[in-house]
Amino acid sequence: MNDQNDIEKPTTVDLAAAFEESGVRDILQELDETMIGLAPVKQRIRETAALLLVDRARQQMGLSSETPTLHMSFTGNPGTGKTTVALKMADLLHRLGYVRKGHLVTVTRDDLVGQYIGHTAPKTKEVLKKAMGGVLFIDEAYYLYRPENERDYGQEAIEILLQVMENNRDDLVVIMAGYADRMDRFFNANPGFRSRMAHHIEFPDYTDAELDQIAAVMLNGLGYRFDQGGEKAMAEYIRLRRAQPHFANARSVRNALDRARLRQANRLFNEAKGPLDARALSTISEPDIRMSRVFQGGLDVDRKPVAGAA
Amino acid sequence: MRLTQGQFSFLPDLSDDDIRVQAQYAIDNGWAVSVEYTDDPHPRNTYWEMWGHPMFDNPDAAAVVFEVNECRKEHGGKYIRVIAFDASPGWESIRMSFIVNRPKDEPGFRVVRQEVDGRAIRYAIESYAVREPEGQRYA
Ligand SMILES: Nc1ncnc2c1ncn2[C@@H]1O[C@H](COP(=O)(O)OP(=O)(O)O)[C@@H](O)[C@H]1O
Ligand SMILES: [Mg+2]
Repeated sequence: MNDQNDIEKPTTVDLAAAFEESGVRDILQELDETMIGLAPVKQRIRETAALLLVDRARQQMGLSSETPTLHMSFTGNPGTGKTTVALKMADLLHRLGYVRKGHLVTVTRDDLVGQYIGHTAPKTKEVLKKAMGGVLFIDEAYYLYRPENERDYGQEAIEILLQVMENNRDDLVVIMAGYADRMDRFFNANPGFRSRMAHHIEFPDYTDAELDQIAAVMLNGLGYRFDQGGEKAMAEYIRLRRAQPHFANARSVRNALDRARLRQANRLFNEAKGPLDARALSTISEPDIRMSRVFQGGLDVDRKPVAGAA
Repeated sequence: MRLTQGQFSFLPDLSDDDIRVQAQYAIDNGWAVSVEYTDDPHPRNTYWEMWGHPMFDNPDAAAVVFEVNECRKEHGGKYIRVIAFDASPGWESIRMSFIVNRPKDEPGFRVVRQEVDGRAIRYAIESYAVREPEGQRYA
Protein backbone atom coordinates (compact mmCIF):
# COMPACT_ATOMS: atom_id res chain seq x y z
CA MET A 1 0.00 0.00 0.00
CA ASN A 2 2.94 2.30 0.32
CA ASP A 3 5.01 1.36 -2.67
CA GLN A 4 4.53 4.73 -4.34
CA ASN A 5 8.21 5.55 -4.15
CA ASP A 6 9.15 4.05 -7.48
CA ILE A 7 5.88 5.01 -9.19
CA GLU A 8 5.67 8.49 -10.55
CA LYS A 9 3.35 10.64 -8.49
CA PRO A 10 0.45 12.28 -10.30
CA THR A 11 0.39 16.07 -10.17
CA THR A 12 -3.34 16.49 -10.55
CA VAL A 13 -6.32 14.42 -9.56
CA ASP A 14 -9.76 14.03 -11.08
CA LEU A 15 -12.01 13.41 -8.10
CA ALA A 16 -15.12 12.90 -10.18
CA ALA A 17 -13.38 10.19 -12.19
CA ALA A 18 -12.06 8.55 -9.02
CA PHE A 19 -15.58 8.63 -7.62
CA GLU A 20 -16.86 6.75 -10.68
CA GLU A 21 -13.97 4.35 -11.14
CA SER A 22 -13.69 3.25 -7.54
CA GLY A 23 -17.34 2.19 -7.56
CA VAL A 24 -18.08 4.43 -4.60
CA ARG A 25 -20.87 6.02 -6.56
CA ASP A 26 -22.54 2.62 -7.05
CA ILE A 27 -22.42 1.87 -3.36
CA LEU A 28 -23.86 5.20 -2.33
CA GLN A 29 -26.59 4.74 -4.88
CA GLU A 30 -27.34 1.24 -3.66
CA LEU A 31 -27.44 2.55 -0.11
CA ASP A 32 -29.89 5.21 -1.17
CA GLU A 33 -32.10 2.79 -3.00
CA THR A 34 -32.20 -0.16 -0.63
CA MET A 35 -32.34 1.64 2.70
CA ILE A 36 -35.46 3.61 3.51
CA GLY A 37 -35.04 6.85 5.45
CA LEU A 38 -31.75 7.23 7.34
CA ALA A 39 -31.10 10.62 5.78
CA PRO A 40 -28.53 11.72 8.39
CA VAL A 41 -26.72 8.38 8.16
CA LYS A 42 -26.54 8.56 4.40
CA GLN A 43 -25.28 12.10 4.63
CA ARG A 44 -22.52 11.09 7.06
CA ILE A 45 -21.50 8.22 4.83
CA ARG A 46 -21.32 10.47 1.79
CA GLU A 47 -19.11 12.83 3.76
CA THR A 48 -16.92 9.99 4.96
CA ALA A 49 -16.59 8.67 1.42
CA ALA A 50 -15.59 12.11 0.16
CA LEU A 51 -13.01 12.45 2.91
CA LEU A 52 -11.53 9.05 2.15
CA LEU A 53 -11.46 9.72 -1.55
CA VAL A 54 -9.59 12.98 -1.00
CA ASP A 55 -7.29 11.30 1.50
CA ARG A 56 -6.48 8.64 -1.03
CA ALA A 57 -5.75 11.24 -3.68
CA ARG A 58 -3.47 13.06 -1.23
CA GLN A 59 -1.61 9.84 -0.54
CA GLN A 60 -1.21 9.20 -4.25
CA MET A 61 0.19 12.69 -4.74
CA GLY A 62 2.56 12.22 -1.85
CA LEU A 63 0.92 14.86 0.32
CA SER A 64 0.41 12.45 3.18
CA SER A 65 1.51 8.95 3.96
CA GLU A 66 -0.33 8.05 7.13
CA THR A 67 -3.21 5.63 6.90
CA PRO A 68 -6.09 7.59 8.36
CA THR A 69 -7.82 6.13 11.39
CA LEU A 70 -11.00 4.53 10.17
CA HIS A 71 -12.49 2.90 13.25
CA MET A 72 -16.08 3.94 13.80
CA SER A 73 -18.94 3.77 16.22
CA PHE A 74 -22.52 3.24 15.11
CA THR A 75 -25.03 4.18 17.75
CA GLY A 76 -28.76 3.72 17.73
CA ASN A 77 -31.58 1.53 18.94
CA PRO A 78 -32.02 -2.06 17.79
CA GLY A 79 -33.24 -2.58 14.25
CA THR A 80 -32.20 0.84 12.97
CA GLY A 81 -29.95 -0.62 10.27
CA LYS A 82 -26.51 -0.57 11.92
CA THR A 83 -25.48 -4.05 10.85
CA THR A 84 -26.84 -3.58 7.35
CA VAL A 85 -25.02 -0.28 6.90
CA ALA A 86 -21.82 -1.82 8.30
CA LEU A 87 -21.90 -4.32 5.44
CA LYS A 88 -22.11 -1.48 2.97
CA MET A 89 -19.35 0.37 4.78
CA ALA A 90 -17.07 -2.66 4.48
CA ASP A 91 -17.73 -2.70 0.76
CA LEU A 92 -17.07 1.02 0.51
CA LEU A 93 -13.74 0.78 2.36
CA HIS A 94 -12.76 -2.11 0.14
CA ARG A 95 -13.49 -0.21 -3.05
CA LEU A 96 -11.50 2.73 -1.80
CA GLY A 97 -8.60 0.40 -1.09
CA TYR A 98 -8.58 0.91 2.68
CA VAL A 99 -9.19 -2.77 3.40
CA ARG A 100 -7.91 -5.54 1.18
CA LYS A 101 -10.87 -7.98 1.23
CA GLY A 102 -13.92 -6.11 2.44
CA HIS A 103 -15.66 -8.85 4.42
CA LEU A 104 -17.59 -8.15 7.62
CA VAL A 105 -17.08 -10.24 10.74
CA THR A 106 -19.87 -9.68 13.28
CA VAL A 107 -19.21 -10.56 16.91
CA THR A 108 -20.51 -9.93 20.41
CA ARG A 109 -18.81 -10.22 23.78
CA ASP A 110 -19.17 -14.00 23.84
CA ASP A 111 -17.06 -14.38 20.71
CA LEU A 112 -14.21 -12.41 22.24
CA VAL A 113 -14.21 -13.21 25.92
CA GLY A 114 -13.44 -16.64 27.36
CA GLN A 115 -14.74 -18.51 30.37
CA TYR A 116 -11.52 -19.06 32.24
CA ILE A 117 -7.98 -17.74 32.63
CA GLY A 118 -5.94 -17.87 29.45
CA HIS A 119 -8.98 -18.37 27.25
CA THR A 120 -9.67 -14.79 26.26
CA ALA A 121 -6.48 -13.73 24.49
CA PRO A 122 -6.49 -16.57 21.95
CA LYS A 123 -10.22 -16.10 21.36
CA THR A 124 -9.89 -12.40 20.73
CA LYS A 125 -6.86 -12.88 18.50
CA GLU A 126 -8.65 -15.57 16.47
CA VAL A 127 -11.49 -13.15 15.80
CA LEU A 128 -9.14 -10.31 14.94
CA LYS A 129 -7.22 -12.51 12.51
CA LYS A 130 -10.43 -13.58 10.83
CA ALA A 131 -11.44 -9.96 10.42
CA MET A 132 -8.13 -8.81 8.98
CA GLY A 133 -8.50 -7.52 5.48
CA GLY A 134 -12.05 -6.51 6.35
CA VAL A 135 -14.22 -4.98 9.03
CA LEU A 136 -14.80 -6.24 12.56
CA PHE A 137 -18.28 -5.31 13.78
CA ILE A 138 -18.63 -5.54 17.56
CA ASP A 139 -22.29 -5.45 18.47
CA GLU A 140 -23.13 -4.05 21.91
CA ALA A 141 -19.43 -3.46 22.52
CA TYR A 142 -20.07 -2.05 26.02
CA TYR A 143 -20.65 -5.55 27.39
CA LEU A 144 -16.89 -6.00 27.11
CA TYR A 145 -16.52 -3.67 30.06
CA ARG A 146 -17.86 -4.77 33.43
CA PRO A 147 -16.40 -2.56 36.11
CA GLU A 148 -18.47 -4.26 38.81
CA ASN A 149 -16.31 -7.35 38.43
CA GLU A 150 -12.68 -6.38 38.73
CA ARG A 151 -11.44 -9.70 37.42
CA ASP A 152 -13.70 -9.73 34.41
CA TYR A 153 -11.94 -11.21 31.39
CA GLY A 154 -13.47 -8.54 29.16
CA GLN A 155 -10.63 -6.23 30.18
CA GLU A 156 -8.16 -8.56 28.51
CA ALA A 157 -10.11 -8.44 25.25
CA ILE A 158 -10.26 -4.64 25.49
CA GLU A 159 -6.49 -4.39 25.81
CA ILE A 160 -5.82 -6.61 22.82
CA LEU A 161 -8.41 -4.74 20.76
CA LEU A 162 -6.83 -1.41 21.58
CA GLN A 163 -3.40 -2.68 20.62
CA VAL A 164 -4.49 -4.13 17.30
CA MET A 165 -6.64 -1.10 16.46
CA GLU A 166 -3.52 0.99 16.83
CA ASN A 167 -0.81 -1.27 15.38
CA ASN A 168 -2.77 -2.90 12.58
CA ARG A 169 -4.60 0.09 11.18
CA ASP A 170 -3.70 -1.04 7.67
CA ASP A 171 -5.15 -4.47 8.27
CA LEU A 172 -8.62 -4.01 9.68
CA VAL A 173 -11.30 -1.50 10.61
CA VAL A 174 -13.31 -1.89 13.80
CA ILE A 175 -16.91 -0.71 14.07
CA MET A 176 -18.49 -0.72 17.51
CA ALA A 177 -22.25 -0.62 17.68
CA GLY A 178 -24.91 -0.27 20.31
CA TYR A 179 -27.23 2.03 22.24
CA ALA A 180 -25.96 5.61 22.23
CA ASP A 181 -26.07 6.20 25.99
CA ARG A 182 -24.34 2.97 26.92
CA MET A 183 -21.72 3.46 24.24
CA ASP A 184 -21.05 6.91 25.61
CA ARG A 185 -20.48 5.55 29.09
CA PHE A 186 -18.28 2.82 27.66
CA PHE A 187 -16.10 5.34 25.84
CA ASN A 188 -15.91 7.53 28.94
CA ALA A 189 -14.64 4.61 30.96
CA ASN A 190 -12.29 3.50 28.16
CA PRO A 191 -10.91 6.68 26.64
CA GLY A 192 -8.49 4.60 24.57
CA PHE A 193 -11.38 3.61 22.36
CA ARG A 194 -12.76 7.09 22.03
CA SER A 195 -9.41 8.43 20.87
CA ARG A 196 -9.15 5.67 18.26
CA MET A 197 -12.61 6.25 16.82
CA ALA A 198 -12.52 8.58 13.87
CA HIS A 199 -16.18 8.51 12.91
CA HIS A 200 -19.35 8.43 14.93
CA ILE A 201 -22.60 7.77 13.12
CA GLU A 202 -25.96 8.01 14.85
CA PHE A 203 -28.88 5.95 13.64
CA PRO A 204 -32.23 7.58 14.43
CA ASP A 205 -35.40 5.61 15.09
CA TYR A 206 -37.60 5.21 12.03
CA THR A 207 -40.81 7.16 11.78
CA ASP A 208 -44.09 5.27 11.42
CA ALA A 209 -44.29 6.23 7.78
CA GLU A 210 -40.75 4.95 7.16
CA LEU A 211 -41.60 1.65 8.82
CA ASP A 212 -44.70 1.36 6.59
CA GLN A 213 -42.44 1.76 3.62
CA ILE A 214 -39.86 -0.67 5.00
CA ALA A 215 -42.64 -3.23 5.49
CA ALA A 216 -43.69 -2.89 1.86
CA VAL A 217 -40.10 -3.17 0.60
CA MET A 218 -39.33 -6.19 2.76
CA LEU A 219 -42.51 -7.94 1.77
CA ASN A 220 -41.77 -7.27 -1.85
CA GLY A 221 -38.31 -8.72 -1.36
CA LEU A 222 -39.90 -11.90 -0.06
CA GLY A 223 -42.16 -12.11 -3.09
CA TYR A 224 -45.38 -11.12 -1.31
CA ARG A 225 -47.63 -8.09 -1.29
CA PHE A 226 -50.32 -6.62 0.97
CA ASP A 227 -53.91 -6.27 -0.08
CA GLN A 228 -55.64 -3.13 1.11
CA GLY A 229 -56.81 -4.57 4.41
CA GLY A 230 -53.41 -6.07 5.04
CA GLU A 231 -51.63 -2.81 4.46
CA LYS A 232 -53.93 -0.94 6.80
CA ALA A 233 -53.60 -3.57 9.51
CA MET A 234 -49.82 -3.50 9.20
CA ALA A 235 -49.77 0.27 9.64
CA GLU A 236 -51.85 -0.11 12.78
CA TYR A 237 -49.65 -2.90 14.00
CA ILE A 238 -46.57 -0.74 13.66
CA ARG A 239 -48.08 2.07 15.70
CA LEU A 240 -49.25 -0.26 18.46
CA ARG A 241 -46.04 -2.20 18.52
CA ARG A 242 -43.91 0.92 18.93
CA ALA A 243 -45.62 1.69 22.22
CA GLN A 244 -44.73 -1.73 23.60
CA PRO A 245 -41.52 -2.80 25.30
CA HIS A 246 -38.61 -4.22 23.29
CA PHE A 247 -39.68 -2.46 20.13
CA ALA A 248 -36.90 -2.93 17.59
CA ASN A 249 -37.69 -0.72 14.61
CA ALA A 250 -37.19 -2.48 11.28
CA ARG A 251 -36.46 -5.78 12.99
CA SER A 252 -39.91 -5.72 14.60
CA VAL A 253 -41.31 -5.24 11.13
CA ARG A 254 -39.33 -8.14 9.73
CA ASN A 255 -40.44 -10.42 12.56
CA ALA A 256 -44.07 -9.36 12.17
CA LEU A 257 -43.91 -10.18 8.49
CA ASP A 258 -42.40 -13.59 9.18
CA ARG A 259 -45.25 -14.35 11.55
CA ALA A 260 -47.78 -13.02 9.08
CA ARG A 261 -46.48 -15.39 6.41
CA LEU A 262 -46.88 -18.25 8.82
CA ARG A 263 -50.49 -17.27 9.53
CA GLN A 264 -51.19 -16.75 5.86
CA ALA A 265 -49.97 -20.26 5.10
CA ASN A 266 -52.19 -21.66 7.82
CA ARG A 267 -55.15 -19.65 6.65
CA LEU A 268 -54.75 -20.83 3.08
CA PHE A 269 -54.36 -24.38 4.25
CA ASN A 270 -57.51 -24.29 6.36
CA GLU A 271 -59.73 -22.25 4.08
CA ALA A 272 -58.83 -23.21 0.57
CA LYS A 273 -61.49 -25.33 -1.11
CA GLY A 274 -60.12 -25.36 -4.62
CA PRO A 275 -56.93 -24.56 -6.50
CA LEU A 276 -55.10 -21.38 -5.46
CA ASP A 277 -53.53 -18.94 -7.89
CA ALA A 278 -50.22 -17.14 -7.56
CA ARG A 279 -51.98 -14.07 -6.32
CA ALA A 280 -53.64 -15.85 -3.43
CA LEU A 281 -50.35 -17.48 -2.49
CA SER A 282 -48.52 -14.19 -2.36
CA THR A 283 -51.05 -11.90 -0.70
CA ILE A 284 -50.91 -10.97 2.97
CA SER A 285 -54.41 -10.00 4.12
CA GLU A 286 -55.91 -8.33 7.11
CA PRO A 287 -56.43 -11.44 9.28
CA ASP A 288 -52.79 -12.49 8.81
CA ILE A 289 -51.79 -9.35 10.65
CA ARG A 290 -54.72 -8.91 13.01
CA MET A 291 -54.24 -12.32 14.62
CA SER A 292 -51.15 -10.91 16.31
CA ARG A 293 -51.22 -10.68 20.09
CA VAL A 294 -50.24 -7.05 19.75
CA PHE A 295 -53.83 -6.18 18.89
CA GLN A 296 -55.03 -7.73 22.16
CA GLY A 297 -52.52 -5.71 24.18
CA GLY A 298 -50.11 -8.67 24.20
CA LEU A 299 -46.49 -8.66 23.19
CA ASP A 300 -44.53 -9.87 20.21
CA VAL A 301 -40.97 -10.47 21.27
CA ASP A 302 -38.52 -9.14 18.74
CA ARG A 303 -35.20 -9.15 20.46
CA LYS A 304 -33.40 -12.24 21.49
CA PRO A 305 -32.36 -11.78 25.10
CA VAL A 306 -28.85 -10.35 25.03
CA ALA A 307 -26.34 -13.03 25.87
CA GLY A 308 -24.00 -10.83 27.84
CA ALA A 309 -26.67 -8.77 29.57
CA ALA A 310 -26.16 -8.52 33.26
CA MET B 1 26.85 -19.21 8.21
CA ARG B 2 23.49 -18.19 6.87
CA LEU B 3 20.99 -21.03 7.00
CA THR B 4 19.47 -21.81 3.61
CA GLN B 5 16.34 -23.92 3.79
CA GLY B 6 13.05 -23.78 1.98
CA GLN B 7 12.16 -20.96 -0.36
CA PHE B 8 13.78 -17.53 -0.68
CA SER B 9 16.62 -18.34 1.69
CA PHE B 10 19.26 -17.10 -0.74
CA LEU B 11 17.53 -13.74 -0.86
CA PRO B 12 17.86 -10.97 1.70
CA ASP B 13 15.49 -11.36 4.65
CA LEU B 14 11.86 -10.90 3.72
CA SER B 15 10.11 -7.78 4.98
CA ASP B 16 6.73 -8.12 6.67
CA ASP B 17 5.13 -6.99 3.48
CA ASP B 18 7.02 -9.66 1.48
CA ILE B 19 5.83 -12.26 3.98
CA ARG B 20 2.27 -11.05 3.65
CA VAL B 21 2.28 -11.26 -0.11
CA GLN B 22 3.73 -14.78 -0.12
CA ALA B 23 1.30 -15.98 2.55
CA GLN B 24 -1.56 -14.42 0.61
CA TYR B 25 -0.53 -16.51 -2.38
CA ALA B 26 -0.86 -19.62 -0.21
CA ILE B 27 -4.24 -18.54 1.19
CA ASP B 28 -5.57 -17.76 -2.27
CA ASN B 29 -4.64 -21.28 -3.29
CA GLY B 30 -6.66 -22.67 -0.39
CA TRP B 31 -3.66 -23.87 1.60
CA ALA B 32 -3.52 -23.78 5.39
CA VAL B 33 -0.72 -21.60 6.66
CA SER B 34 1.25 -22.23 9.86
CA VAL B 35 3.99 -20.55 11.80
CA GLU B 36 6.71 -22.73 13.38
CA TYR B 37 9.93 -22.11 15.28
CA THR B 38 13.01 -24.04 16.33
CA ASP B 39 16.47 -23.66 17.76
CA ASP B 40 17.69 -26.82 16.05
CA PRO B 41 18.35 -25.90 12.43
CA HIS B 42 19.52 -29.34 11.27
CA PRO B 43 18.13 -29.86 7.76
CA ARG B 44 16.62 -33.19 8.80
CA ASN B 45 14.77 -31.63 11.70
CA THR B 46 11.46 -31.76 9.86
CA TYR B 47 9.09 -31.04 12.70
CA TRP B 48 9.56 -27.64 14.20
CA GLU B 49 7.51 -26.42 17.16
CA MET B 50 4.10 -25.18 16.13
CA TRP B 51 3.22 -21.61 16.99
CA GLY B 52 -0.53 -21.89 17.48
CA HIS B 53 -2.77 -23.81 15.14
CA PRO B 54 -2.57 -23.84 11.38
CA MET B 55 -4.67 -20.99 10.01
CA PHE B 56 -7.55 -22.29 7.94
CA ASP B 57 -10.06 -19.50 7.92
CA ASN B 58 -8.24 -16.21 7.68
CA PRO B 59 -8.92 -14.67 4.28
CA ASP B 60 -6.21 -12.05 4.63
CA ALA B 61 -2.52 -12.77 5.17
CA ALA B 62 -2.14 -9.90 7.63
CA ALA B 63 -3.23 -12.60 10.10
CA VAL B 64 -0.08 -14.59 9.26
CA VAL B 65 2.17 -11.56 9.69
CA PHE B 66 0.41 -10.88 12.99
CA GLU B 67 1.25 -14.38 14.24
CA VAL B 68 4.83 -14.16 12.95
CA ASN B 69 5.26 -11.02 15.01
CA GLU B 70 3.63 -12.61 18.06
CA CYS B 71 6.04 -15.52 17.67
CA ARG B 72 9.00 -13.13 17.29
CA LYS B 73 8.12 -11.56 20.63
CA GLU B 74 8.67 -14.88 22.34
CA HIS B 75 11.15 -16.63 20.07
CA GLY B 76 12.88 -13.76 18.33
CA GLY B 77 16.29 -15.39 18.90
CA LYS B 78 15.34 -18.55 17.02
CA TYR B 79 14.45 -19.65 13.53
CA ILE B 80 10.84 -19.02 12.55
CA ARG B 81 9.30 -20.25 9.32
CA VAL B 82 5.98 -20.05 7.56
CA ILE B 83 4.69 -23.17 5.88
CA ALA B 84 1.66 -23.82 3.72
CA PHE B 85 -0.14 -27.16 3.58
CA ASP B 86 -2.27 -28.37 0.76
CA ALA B 87 -4.83 -30.92 1.96
CA SER B 88 -6.48 -31.43 -1.40
CA PRO B 89 -4.60 -34.64 -2.35
CA GLY B 90 -6.15 -36.25 0.75
CA TRP B 91 -3.05 -35.86 2.88
CA GLU B 92 -1.15 -32.83 4.06
CA SER B 93 1.52 -31.92 1.56
CA ILE B 94 3.80 -28.97 2.07
CA ARG B 95 3.57 -26.49 -0.78
CA MET B 96 5.57 -23.65 0.65
CA SER B 97 8.09 -23.20 3.43
CA PHE B 98 10.21 -20.17 4.08
CA ILE B 99 12.25 -18.72 6.91
CA VAL B 100 10.96 -15.43 8.30
CA ASN B 101 13.21 -14.97 11.30
CA ARG B 102 16.71 -16.09 12.19
CA PRO B 103 19.08 -15.72 15.17
CA LYS B 104 21.54 -12.83 15.15
CA ASP B 105 24.52 -15.17 15.03
CA GLU B 106 24.36 -18.35 13.06
CA PRO B 107 27.42 -20.42 13.94
CA GLY B 108 26.76 -22.98 11.19
CA PHE B 109 27.53 -26.69 11.06
CA ARG B 110 30.50 -28.92 11.59
CA VAL B 111 31.24 -32.22 9.95
CA VAL B 112 31.63 -35.21 12.24
CA ARG B 113 33.58 -38.18 10.86
CA GLN B 114 33.06 -41.54 12.47
CA GLU B 115 35.27 -44.51 11.62
CA VAL B 116 33.24 -47.70 11.37
CA ASP B 117 33.81 -51.23 10.02
CA GLY B 118 37.52 -50.91 9.55
CA ARG B 119 38.44 -48.05 7.23
CA ALA B 120 34.89 -46.98 6.34
CA ILE B 121 33.80 -43.52 7.43
CA ARG B 122 30.39 -42.19 8.28
CA TYR B 123 29.77 -38.51 7.96
CA ALA B 124 27.33 -36.44 9.96
CA ILE B 125 26.76 -32.76 10.24
CA GLU B 126 25.92 -31.11 13.47
CA SER B 127 24.88 -27.57 14.19
CA TYR B 128 27.27 -25.86 16.56
CA ALA B 129 24.25 -24.37 18.22
CA VAL B 130 22.89 -27.70 19.47
CA ARG B 131 25.95 -28.26 21.63
CA GLU B 132 24.19 -26.00 24.10
CA PRO B 133 21.06 -27.32 25.79
CA GLU B 134 17.65 -26.35 24.44
CA GLY B 135 16.73 -22.84 25.44
CA GLN B 136 20.37 -21.73 25.72
CA ARG B 137 21.25 -21.84 22.05
CA TYR B 138 21.63 -18.58 20.22
CA ALA B 139 22.12 -16.65 23.45
N1 LIG C 1 -33.72 1.55 6.21
C1 LIG C 1 -34.03 0.27 6.02
N2 LIG C 1 -34.66 -0.11 4.91
C2 LIG C 1 -34.98 -1.41 4.74
N3 LIG C 1 -34.69 -2.39 5.60
C3 LIG C 1 -34.08 -2.07 6.73
C4 LIG C 1 -33.70 -0.73 7.00
N4 LIG C 1 -33.06 -0.70 8.20
C5 LIG C 1 -33.05 -1.95 8.65
N5 LIG C 1 -33.64 -2.81 7.79
C6 LIG C 1 -33.82 -4.24 7.99
O1 LIG C 1 -34.13 -4.45 9.36
C7 LIG C 1 -33.45 -5.55 9.90
C8 LIG C 1 -32.63 -5.15 11.10
O2 LIG C 1 -31.59 -4.28 10.68
P1 LIG C 1 -30.12 -4.33 11.32
O3 LIG C 1 -29.20 -3.72 10.34
O4 LIG C 1 -29.81 -5.72 11.79
O5 LIG C 1 -30.30 -3.37 12.56
P2 LIG C 1 -29.37 -3.16 13.84
O6 LIG C 1 -28.04 -3.78 13.51
O7 LIG C 1 -29.32 -1.69 14.02
O8 LIG C 1 -30.04 -3.85 14.97
C9 LIG C 1 -32.63 -6.14 8.77
O9 LIG C 1 -33.35 -7.22 8.26
C10 LIG C 1 -32.54 -5.01 7.76
O10 LIG C 1 -32.49 -5.52 6.45
MG1 LIG D 1 -27.46 -5.55 14.56
